[in-house]
Amino acid sequence: MTFAIVQALLSHWRRHRLQLATLLIGIALATGLWSAVQAINAEARASYQRASDQLALGLYDTLRDPSGTIAVDRYVALRRAGWQVSAVLEGPVRIAGRTVQVMGVDMVTYPALPAMTQTEQSDAPPDPSDMLTAPGRLLATPELAEHLKSQTELPPIVVSDAVPPDLILTDIGVAETLLNRPRQISRLVILPDQPRGVPALSEIAPDLQRVEASAQLDTQRLTDSFHLNLTAFGLLSFAVGLFIVNGTVGLAFAQRRAMIRTLRALGVSMRRLVWMITAELTLLALIGGALGLVLGFFLAGALLPDVAATLRGLYGAPVDGQISLQPEWALAGLGMALGGTFLASGHALFRLSRMPILTGAGVQSWRSSTSGQRFSFLIGTALITGGFAIGYTVEGLVAGFAMVGGILTGAALVLPYFLTLALSVFQRRARGPVAQWVWADMQAQLPGLSLALMALLLALAANIGVGTMVSSFRLTFVGWLDQRLTSELYVTARDDQQGKEIAQWLGPQVDAILPIRNVELTHETGPLFLYGVVDHETYRDHWPLIASSDSAWDRVLTDQAVLINEQLARRADLWPGDMLTLNAEHTLTIAGVYSDYGNPTGQAIVSMQQLDLIAPGAETRQFGIRVSPERATELAQALRDRFDLSRQAVVQQAAVKAQSLAIFDNTFVVTSALNVLTLGVAGFAILTSLLTLWTQRLPQIAPVWALGLTRAQLARLELLRSVLLAALTAVLALPLGLVLAWALLAVINVQAFGWRLPMFLFPVDWAYLFVLTLLAAAVAAALPALRVLRLPPADLLRVFANER
Amino acid sequence: MLLNIDKVQKSYPGGRPVLRDVSLTLDHGQTLALTGESGSGKSTLLNLAAALDSFDGGEITLDGTALSPLDDRGRAALRRQSVSLVFQQFNLIPSLTVGQNLSFHARLANREDTGWSAQLAERLGLADLLTRYPENLSGGQQQRVAIGRAMAVRPKLLLADEPTGNLDETASANVLDLMLSLVAETGAALLLVTHSQDIAARLDRQAHLAGGHIV
Amino acid sequence: MNARVWLVVLILLQPIASWAQGYAGLGGSADGFDVPKRDYQFEFPRDHGPHPTYRIEWWYLTANLTGEDGRDYGIQWTLFRSALKPSEADGWQSPQLWMGHAAVTTPETHYFAERLSRGGIGQAGVAADPFEAWIDEWYMRGPDLNTVSLSASGAEFAYDLDLTAQGPLVFHGDAGYSVKSADGQASYYYSQPFFEVEGVLNLPDGDVAVTGHGWLDREWSSQPLASDQTGWDWFSLSFDDGDKLMAFRLRGGRGDFTAATWISPDGTTTPLPNGSASFTPLNTTRVAGRDVPTEWHVTLPDRGLDVEVSAMTPDAWMATQFEYWEGPVTVKGSHTGRGYLEMTGY
Ligand SMILES: Nc1ncnc2c1ncn2[C@@H]1O[C@H](COP(=O)(O)OP(=O)(O)OP(=O)(O)O)[C@@H](O)[C@H]1O
Ligand SMILES: [Mg+2]
Repeated sequence: MTFAIVQALLSHWRRHRLQLATLLIGIALATGLWSAVQAINAEARASYQRASDQLALGLYDTLRDPSGTIAVDRYVALRRAGWQVSAVLEGPVRIAGRTVQVMGVDMVTYPALPAMTQTEQSDAPPDPSDMLTAPGRLLATPELAEHLKSQTELPPIVVSDAVPPDLILTDIGVAETLLNRPRQISRLVILPDQPRGVPALSEIAPDLQRVEASAQLDTQRLTDSFHLNLTAFGLLSFAVGLFIVNGTVGLAFAQRRAMIRTLRALGVSMRRLVWMITAELTLLALIGGALGLVLGFFLAGALLPDVAATLRGLYGAPVDGQISLQPEWALAGLGMALGGTFLASGHALFRLSRMPILTGAGVQSWRSSTSGQRFSFLIGTALITGGFAIGYTVEGLVAGFAMVGGILTGAALVLPYFLTLALSVFQRRARGPVAQWVWADMQAQLPGLSLALMALLLALAANIGVGTMVSSFRLTFVGWLDQRLTSELYVTARDDQQGKEIAQWLGPQVDAILPIRNVELTHETGPLFLYGVVDHETYRDHWPLIASSDSAWDRVLTDQAVLINEQLARRADLWPGDMLTLNAEHTLTIAGVYSDYGNPTGQAIVSMQQLDLIAPGAETRQFGIRVSPERATELAQALRDRFDLSRQAVVQQAAVKAQSLAIFDNTFVVTSALNVLTLGVAGFAILTSLLTLWTQRLPQIAPVWALGLTRAQLARLELLRSVLLAALTAVLALPLGLVLAWALLAVINVQAFGWRLPMFLFPVDWAYLFVLTLLAAAVAAALPALRVLRLPPADLLRVFANER
Repeated sequence: MLLNIDKVQKSYPGGRPVLRDVSLTLDHGQTLALTGESGSGKSTLLNLAAALDSFDGGEITLDGTALSPLDDRGRAALRRQSVSLVFQQFNLIPSLTVGQNLSFHARLANREDTGWSAQLAERLGLADLLTRYPENLSGGQQQRVAIGRAMAVRPKLLLADEPTGNLDETASANVLDLMLSLVAETGAALLLVTHSQDIAARLDRQAHLAGGHIV
Repeated sequence: MNARVWLVVLILLQPIASWAQGYAGLGGSADGFDVPKRDYQFEFPRDHGPHPTYRIEWWYLTANLTGEDGRDYGIQWTLFRSALKPSEADGWQSPQLWMGHAAVTTPETHYFAERLSRGGIGQAGVAADPFEAWIDEWYMRGPDLNTVSLSASGAEFAYDLDLTAQGPLVFHGDAGYSVKSADGQASYYYSQPFFEVEGVLNLPDGDVAVTGHGWLDREWSSQPLASDQTGWDWFSLSFDDGDKLMAFRLRGGRGDFTAATWISPDGTTTPLPNGSASFTPLNTTRVAGRDVPTEWHVTLPDRGLDVEVSAMTPDAWMATQFEYWEGPVTVKGSHTGRGYLEMTGY
């Protein structure tokens, strides 16, 4: 008997292949988009963890000299006092047009590194004496090794996949040569076992700063917000995909009512039926989920390189551009598919299980949903109100997303009510009988389409919101770059000595030489980079202050005050007039706050004299050069020739700007891609809804046709209907999108990045999106319209025929 | 001659010919009952006369217009202007109210006469139902709306395909009486497909369809 | 386990690498390193300092001590030097590597610690005059080698000891040229076995004042073992009658190679050739997953020696990068006394 029931149930899908395909595609899309985002996140996180493990970061406390590097003698002194510390020298080096991080460790004392173990256990381990003595060996990933292969002046490379991407691991003796920083140490790692009776660090090294191991996982913390962002988008896509599933399952159940009624009349218990339908849904969810995983895997593979580039560019976070399949990910994806399918079909299943045996077999009644509509309107309003309430009362990124989520979901729930309202107004206004019918018909169709339209609303709002956010950000960013990058040339010397020579040589030839010097300090909110500036109009006139007290620059340049960036201001809630503690001896009044984009960490600016006081060891290797723009190119070349500087060591303003913008644009590639995909899914949801509504269309159009409308007219009206609904939805999506943009700019960005951005409006973009939406709606309706056009009159006539 | 069916042939794709050689005429104001076995082609013939479908051979002339040369648009215009139709079921537009359904055809044909419509609604007992939707009407009420809509155009020709086929006897008689009296009153011609000999007997002429011919 | 194993294997026991490669032969300079030659003229204090052109070298001090609490203790302080290249350079570029081992053995427990360092930067090294050997905060510091203070510490122990030599340096083998195999591999090897020691051990239970006797070994070479040799058992024994014995057995596939030096109380040495001494394990102890002989029957018929040597603390295992056994022993039989035993390759 079970077999007979299964056959009966499955016969439905055989007759409605398109419906089956729609259902599977819906599940696959939802799972796919979600899984892709998850895979990207998981891969990035795994990369951080890997890098952290590979470099044994986060395991040990470290010692830093806030005023610069640590001398080898200092290290030896600590050692001879008993402190078990190990030296690390690290820094960027530009090789063959690519910046890579060099990490040199004292291989003799540094704790276990996976790359070393792996190399040791490889088939052809390098001779240890080659590793430790000149020229030494460089450990790099296969990919980087390939890139470095052609560089003959480099030490031989040992390939290891236990090294983070874009990093060269080597002995400190090799690194000091490679980085040209002899006898310098960037930081000391404090090893876990210390001997008895070592003197306190505060006595023997008060100037060194101890950083707890736990405080070092910057990358993870900094990128958290980025990943939360992605997750939110993944969830949105998932939700949009579920609308398709919900619509399809609802229809399939409705269409199977007659069969189910018959089966029950034949003595099959409802429990058994529900059980079997649940099994059927599970199977479908698994198939769709598996398809989704495949989709997600490839999607993630396609998106990851951009994400990786962003994370590297924005946060310096090491991420591989390669996606790898993880079983947990696949399981989670299938779980989401199952959960999502049941979430989307739960209501339909519940209704089915409650269906009295004698209910009519017909498709759901047209007008029965007004009470449901009112209910969802109430819930929606509550959600919107709740969303705003959370946004205004609770701090934090999660609250920000809760607010956006509440507003979006609420708006989606309110949508059918507003559409009905709008349509009845139009219907009342309509003059001609056809127009009247079209509006009425749309209203009648609405319950069947509303889920798809909700999906469209969300997709559109997300597009408008994110688009506005990105464009506003970009506009602000470009303006800010103009203010911030005022020097015509930026020069990086090899070392302090060369820096001096360059400054000397340039002195008489240029308008001004502005040294760019900084040291890394720590603040309770994270790393804090302290910059020193000299008195120059470049700063006074152009620096982008967003809050300042009187004569801010005068006070900074006379050593009385400090400027901080917006990130630090917001994170630590420090504003002009407050005090900033730079280190034990230096606390200064904050004179102003400046905007500082594209950089997640805190920054502060003091006068050059102050910087020298606080950090006498700060390098003087970078300069901004003010010179008349016509001379910039010529001077850049002269500098390169004279001091044997690389192309990257002397950069013109335009190049820096271009590079910054490239990084910026990269950052939002994924967001935009997800946006477009979401819109696509919403379009597909409309298509599937229209297709599933198809069986209900004939009784609607047959009478009108019989009364004298041509099929071509009807087909055109089909298109028009879809386009009109999409247009109405788009009109409602605009304010929602702007609210979303506002939330992103004023709430989420502040929480995630630490800066608040002004909002700009881009009507041309909206118009473009509007046209795109209409186009999508037209494309979605094209198939049903074509069907109407091709419909044989006999099929239409069958509606009226006597079914005996 | 209002309707002239001349040696019409019709077969559906993949089937035996339904109409082999059918000829029939109907004059202004005349009423004709078309009877025949189930499946004999009554509905098919009616649909052809209503310019709803195309035929394979012969010619149909409706109020002086030959149907075979007409394209989709021409046929639609003809349906709009020259004939009224009442089918057995699902005549009404589900998304419109009774009132809107009643006036729909007349407005489409640009011949709305609100007085006449109101009168029709009154006579058909629909005055209280105007704001309802078709799904909330009984079968008899629905058919009365269909008749009202058909008559609201003051058609020259009313084509009705078993308009009472789904109704019980009293309702059926009621609906039929109303229809016949309205037809008589407006001077419309009527081609009525029916199974019932009693009903057929009430019309001016009777034709019987069998084996693809009028006998 | 630490990733440095591969490095340290190299540091401590260059010969292990040599065995694996099949020994290249003696006489010739190994990769540019100098090799010991007979009739070398030692010159002090110069030769107390490092010899960077030799591959491996050590300053190896052990001491048998007695605490004010009446208990026996042993300590070890060792500084190894290993050269990757036969040269010295400044800073991180130096090819010299240093390793320190320190241990305190109580009757119940064995505490040990290990230190590693590069040469060139000053974290570890040896200076001949005034004498100082150091790695991190550990040091063996004199004005000269007759009077040194010794200090080391680990996570669980520390010690500060003063050592005063009561006799002359003694030279092993042929006036300091110590042959290590039948093939002729050799090292330079001399000792100061006459240290009187006093000082304080700092242990988890508190400080213990101690006195006793210490023994310093100095040895350097570039190829100390033959290709078939897998480990050694090395004894330094001080008998109650004032005589001392240094004896070792190098275990090899082609048979053992033994050598010994009898040291009379005035420092006169009698070198005893291969085969003079016999070493028979009587009992083993399971330590760190291995069976280590902790009771020995040692005979030296030439000197009428027939003794049982037993470990004071059988699990005196140095679980350092390169693992070995090193601890105090007691001697019973024809002679009685105390001493130190080192065993590698188990
Ligand atoms: N769309 C169609 N495609 C194929 N065959 C059709 C189609 N419509 C009708 N037929 C066939 O044409 C024949 C005539 O059908 P029609 O509906 O005209 O009969 P009828 O006389 O109206 O019957 P009834 O009294 O049952 O209404 C039947 O055999 C029917 O099966
Ligand atoms: Mg029929």
